[in-house]
Amino acid sequence: MANAIDVRGLRKSFGGTEVLAGIDLVVESGSIVALLGPNGAGKTTLINILSTLVKPDGGTAKVAGFDVLRDPESVRGVIGLTGQSAAVDEVLTGDENLRMMGRLFGLDRGEAAARSRDLLAQFGLGDSARKRVKAYSGGMRRRLDLAISFIVTPPVLFLDEPTTGLDPRSRLELWDGIRTLGASGTTVLLTTQYLDEADQLADRIVLIGGGRVVVEGTPAELKATTGGEVVELRGASDELIREIPTDGTVSGLRRAIDELDASEAEGTITIRKPSLDDVFMSVTAEARELIDTKG
Amino acid sequence: MTTISLPRTAVPRPRLALGTEEATFIARSLIHTIRTPDALIMAVALPVMLMLMFTFIFGGAIESDGSYVNYVVPGIILLCAGFGAASTAVDVARDLETGIMDRFRTMRIRSWAVLTGHVVSSLVRNLVATGVVIGVAVAVGFRPVGNPAEWIAAIALIGLYILAITYLYAAIGLAAGSSEAANGYGFILMFAPYLSSAFVPVDTMPTWLQWIAQNQPITPIIETIRGLLMHTPLGNEPALALGWCALILVIAVVWGAIMFRRKAGRR
Ligand SMILES: Nc1ncnc2c1ncn2[C@@H]1O[C@H](COP(=O)(O)OP(=O)(O)OP(=O)(O)O)[C@@H](O)[C@H]1O
Ligand SMILES: [Mg+2]
Repeated sequence: MANAIDVRGLRKSFGGTEVLAGIDLVVESGSIVALLGPNGAGKTTLINILSTLVKPDGGTAKVAGFDVLRDPESVRGVIGLTGQSAAVDEVLTGDENLRMMGRLFGLDRGEAAARSRDLLAQFGLGDSARKRVKAYSGGMRRRLDLAISFIVTPPVLFLDEPTTGLDPRSRLELWDGIRTLGASGTTVLLTTQYLDEADQLADRIVLIGGGRVVVEGTPAELKATTGGEVVELRGASDELIREIPTDGTVSGLRRAIDELDASEAEGTITIRKPSLDDVFMSVTAEARELIDTKG
Repeated sequence: MTTISLPRTAVPRPRLALGTEEATFIARSLIHTIRTPDALIMAVALPVMLMLMFTFIFGGAIESDGSYVNYVVPGIILLCAGFGAASTAVDVARDLETGIMDRFRTMRIRSWAVLTGHVVSSLVRNLVATGVVIGVAVAVGFRPVGNPAEWIAAIALIGLYILAITYLYAAIGLAAGSSEAANGYGFILMFAPYLSSAFVPVDTMPTWLQWIAQNQPITPIIETIRGLLMHTPLGNEPALALGWCALILVIAVVWGAIMFRRKAGRR
């Protein structure tokens, strides 16, 4: 099994609107990849295609070597998925949900019950195990939904915005869980709107926009693409007045500072390393320009 | 979190042993039935109320000797089955709505078995409701004359009818797409018994209605149950009743399978 995910020229339209316009993506086994992109970029669509929920219009997609169109059965046998919106049974309790899913993942009654107990504890739901999910808070539902993906350890795991709605502590615990899975050889493809999350968690980051992969690389590589340091002008109460990205050279820095000087705003100047936010902003702005000039 | 220590395979998980999905989904739907008793209560309360209304309010006008209860009970039983089965449409539509169907579809299981779960639990629920309705009927003067074999045949036919229309409602639930719509479509079907020999003999109806009542599935089913329990003439009604049930079942299963593929894979 060379590549866990192998996507070539993948296309998908919904009623005339092209959402994916030729996605190419290769993910090595055992790596954690974060899929980024503005709302509506097609992240969920891509995950739905890879998990056999949606049929692509063109191109190929393979998961653990199995083609999603030709052998969806096998694909379903190697993946786990927690989708963007909760898919749990509201009438059942948390424990019953996990045991039911455990049975459907092929565990016997005893294994399913034991697994449920462990996961409820791990995901901080021990006290609510016998409560019906209808009475769960949004974050608790999310945690249950995630726990289901951890019942068995699949070779490939898809998580669509896994930490949305989680409190900071649960988020950190989930990061740990994902890292542990990654270390044990599971390939994780996750989407997120939090760039620090991608930065902390992912081996590689893939940014999509305009239906294509816009940039791809390690967090460090991506930060390097925006060039050098960013010069910030901050006011008396540390509020951000302006920021100017530079190319990293001394003369570039000087130009930026001169520019701030000319604006005659009062404040202090700080220089910081570029963040993934800067990459996201510049890249999505470029993509938008590209679309505007095309249309 | 700690490491997950279950064995991990690079090859796809094997298929589940035969019947595992079905057993799991039937258990799930039965829990739903117990936890949402309103469906069961409606399935019992409405027909019982109708029966009391028909026997005590209309009964005197229709047959003043009080024997109307013996005439109307088979119709009430089918009406009861209709009410009970209708909630299947809502249950199925809700599974699509909540996204849990999508989760099942990404797993290596026959997710179609979800429908089997709903259908079987509806069958159980409705047979219980039928039992209650017959009990109340006896209390208000229903005096069936059938022998045990005839009772078994009648109950088997009622079961077959419930199965057929539950499947039909499951397909309606898939087609409707939302639980509200499923509820609405389901309601239309529940009027079918009124246009049959359930409440008044067909020959008392206007001619054009007679034609509908004679040729719709409910009438032979009711006449068969009446024949078995009350020893009215059976004629060829049992054959027609079985034929209709089988036809509805086949149409519902085929339509359901098509709808399942389309709706569950709607994107
Ligand atoms: N079933 C569908 N029918 C029609 N259009 C759809 C469907 N699913 C998605 N789309 C459209 O496809 C586009 C991409 O949606 P998608 O959910 O993949 O975006 P996303 O990147 O996951 O966005 P977000 O960050 O908001 O989750 C959107 O414009 C959306 O309206
Ligand atoms: Mg999304």
